[in-house]
Amino acid sequence: MNIMSEATVEKALDQKMSDANFKMVGKDVSVYYGEKRALFDVNLNVRKNTVTALIGPSGCGKSTFLRTLNRMNDTIEGCRVTGKITLDHSDVYDPSVDVVELRARVGMVFQKPNPFPKSIYENIAYGPRIHGLARNRDDLDAIVESSLKKAGLWNEVKDRLHEPGTGLSGGQQQRLCIARAIAVSPEVILMDEPCSALDPIATAKVEELIHELRANFTIVIVTHSMQQAARVSQRTAMFHLGNLVEENDTDKMFTNPDDQRTQDYIMGRFG
Amino acid sequence: MSGYLIAALALAALMMTFVGCARARATQNGAAEKTHSRPIYHGLNAAIWTGVPAFIFLLLWLGGQNSVINQLVIASFPGAENLDPSARSLILSEIRQVAAGNIFKEPTPEIQAAVAHLKSLQQISTVAMVAVVAATMAIGAFLGYRVIGNRYRARHSVERSVTYFMMFSSFVAIVTTLGIVASLVFEALQFFAKVPVTEFLFGLRWEPQIAIRADQVAGQGAFGVLPVMFGTFVISLISMIVAVPTGILSAIYLTEYADRRFRAAVKPLLEILAGVPTVVYGFFAVLTVAPAVRSLGLGLGIPSSPNSALAAGAVMGVMIIPFISSLSDDALAAVPRAMREGSFALGATKGETIRKVLLPAALPGIVGGVLLALSRAVGETMIVVMAAGLIARMTLNPFDAVTTVTVQIVTLLIGDSEFDNPKTLAAFALGLILFLVTLMLNLIALRTVRKYREKY
Ligand SMILES: Nc1ncnc2c1ncn2[C@@H]1O[C@H](COP(=O)(O)OP(=O)(O)OP(=O)(O)O)[C@@H](O)[C@H]1O
Ligand SMILES: [Mg+2]
Repeated sequence: MNIMSEATVEKALDQKMSDANFKMVGKDVSVYYGEKRALFDVNLNVRKNTVTALIGPSGCGKSTFLRTLNRMNDTIEGCRVTGKITLDHSDVYDPSVDVVELRARVGMVFQKPNPFPKSIYENIAYGPRIHGLARNRDDLDAIVESSLKKAGLWNEVKDRLHEPGTGLSGGQQQRLCIARAIAVSPEVILMDEPCSALDPIATAKVEELIHELRANFTIVIVTHSMQQAARVSQRTAMFHLGNLVEENDTDKMFTNPDDQRTQDYIMGRFG
Repeated sequence: MSGYLIAALALAALMMTFVGCARARATQNGAAEKTHSRPIYHGLNAAIWTGVPAFIFLLLWLGGQNSVINQLVIASFPGAENLDPSARSLILSEIRQVAAGNIFKEPTPEIQAAVAHLKSLQQISTVAMVAVVAATMAIGAFLGYRVIGNRYRARHSVERSVTYFMMFSSFVAIVTTLGIVASLVFEALQFFAKVPVTEFLFGLRWEPQIAIRADQVAGQGAFGVLPVMFGTFVISLISMIVAVPTGILSAIYLTEYADRRFRAAVKPLLEILAGVPTVVYGFFAVLTVAPAVRSLGLGLGIPSSPNSALAAGAVMGVMIIPFISSLSDDALAAVPRAMREGSFALGATKGETIRKVLLPAALPGIVGGVLLALSRAVGETMIVVMAAGLIARMTLNPFDAVTTVTVQIVTLLIGDSEFDNPKTLAAFALGLILFLVTLMLNLIALRTVRKYREKY
């Protein structure tokens, strides 16, 4: 007879889920900026069709972790990543991996809306063009339209597709950036504080959008707003000083966290 | 005398700064209400009152005294009222020469009397000047001192003075430019009185070697600007063909690809290139590049002359590379990091990001840099004087010698020249054309930069 302890069972279950449900897996991920270590052996899994929120005080390494997932850190001089990150079981940092392809699969939306100084249409068409997703102009038009529709921006901009994207309001610009990310049909979308430059109404729109996107995409979002994490995410991960403190169901995290530091942070006692 | 006076003014102003400062502090100590300006402003204000009006008086006096004295001297000269202006000025200059001690021949008694008169007038003027300036200074110092008090807005007053000073400075720049243009236009108009504008603008022959004296043998002279402009155009074109791709590509390499150490080593080198005197580029063009170009041309079986458009243009191109590359560099570096990241995050390669995001975003700056460089090339003189040639020819063969507007201006003005024959006056007409062309280029450059400046 072999009675497994509760913990072992849970572990086995977790293991099983990883095969089926984990879109991305981070194992012992550490990041160094030159001599400075910014992340300490983080183990964090991202589930498929789930919104995972990363929270924690400023400077704790949320953005750093997020950027390891699509290797955006490669663009920073002196940045080094150790450990293993997989996307659908294949190593993201494997030398044979084409970063360009990876980023087409793992898209990103930034804290400050950063539309290109081009027209709205060209902003969306940029990705599909470089990846050759459209065979002709009609295809491209269709991609632009559907991306803008998915981002909930279509009605606001359909009459001004050829005006500069920089002429939109901040909230519209951010949704344009989301549409731009969607247009290359990524599997995962990373969002680094996508609402921090937006007013409450624009924020509500983006949150609603995230909610809808979950059906088709896996989303990882960094946020400083506890309410936002609670509203949009199913899983939440708490970082502190470069360590992953706790990762849990969002409901549990905000009602009965396992770790004291999480409790303190959520209650606003530090950060 | 005026040198001492200026020094005295400066000293007085400096002293008033301290005095005013001290008095402001004294009144502020124990004052019930809050004081408006800090003591240093009261001090500066007192200094300005002391120094500036007196200084302005001094300048006006110095500027005006000579002509007033001249009037007085000539008015008292016997028989002057019957002389024409040029004879008067001759007499005046003789009087002044004698007064200054440069005596070539024994002066007539009338002249001697006038010299004595001049000297006494000058003395009176100097004394009066010192008196007036000193009085102005004293009154200014007194007023500036008396006005010090808790309520007085010394800071505003000082700032207003500074604003006026800045306005004056920009005014000086503008007036100088206008003066240059006016003198150009004036001389050019004299030229157009002798040679019709249409002949100048549309003529196809440029042979300015006309007879200056009756006994010289020379051609009829032809002043058609087109062949000369054509030379400028060809050489500028060659220089741009050399400089634009090199400059832009090196800027792209330096900002986007080169590692920090390479960049740190190469940028100063490019700056050195910008600092090489154009005469040195000229040597290089004549002694090294031109012979090489010639033998290349002959080797290819193309008629080549010792000086060639290609040699001058290529060296000029090298000269303007740093302009283009450093302005493009600035423009590229000014594109925010967020643009690059946004593009990378969509899976764009570095090349795609540069071509499709960075270059379009930096284009206005780059175009501006290119146009500024072009206006440099058009106006460049030394290299072409040394390496281009003198004969105005309309040829598209880059191995042939051509001449440029700037070269012609130099050759027209070299040697004894009287400013009343078409040959010398033509230089001003050429200068005017050159000025208009570069002005246009600069205006277009500024407008493109402004109009297409992207908001990121
Ligand atoms: N490019 C960089 N070079 C050097 N150090 C960096 C760089 N980027 C981030 N860091 C450091 O790494 C640590 C984690 O930074 P990170 O940006 O990941 O924090 P964060 O959790 O996203 O903070 P915030 O909430 O303020 O965005 C910080 O100490 C930061 O100073
Ligand atoms: Mg961050």
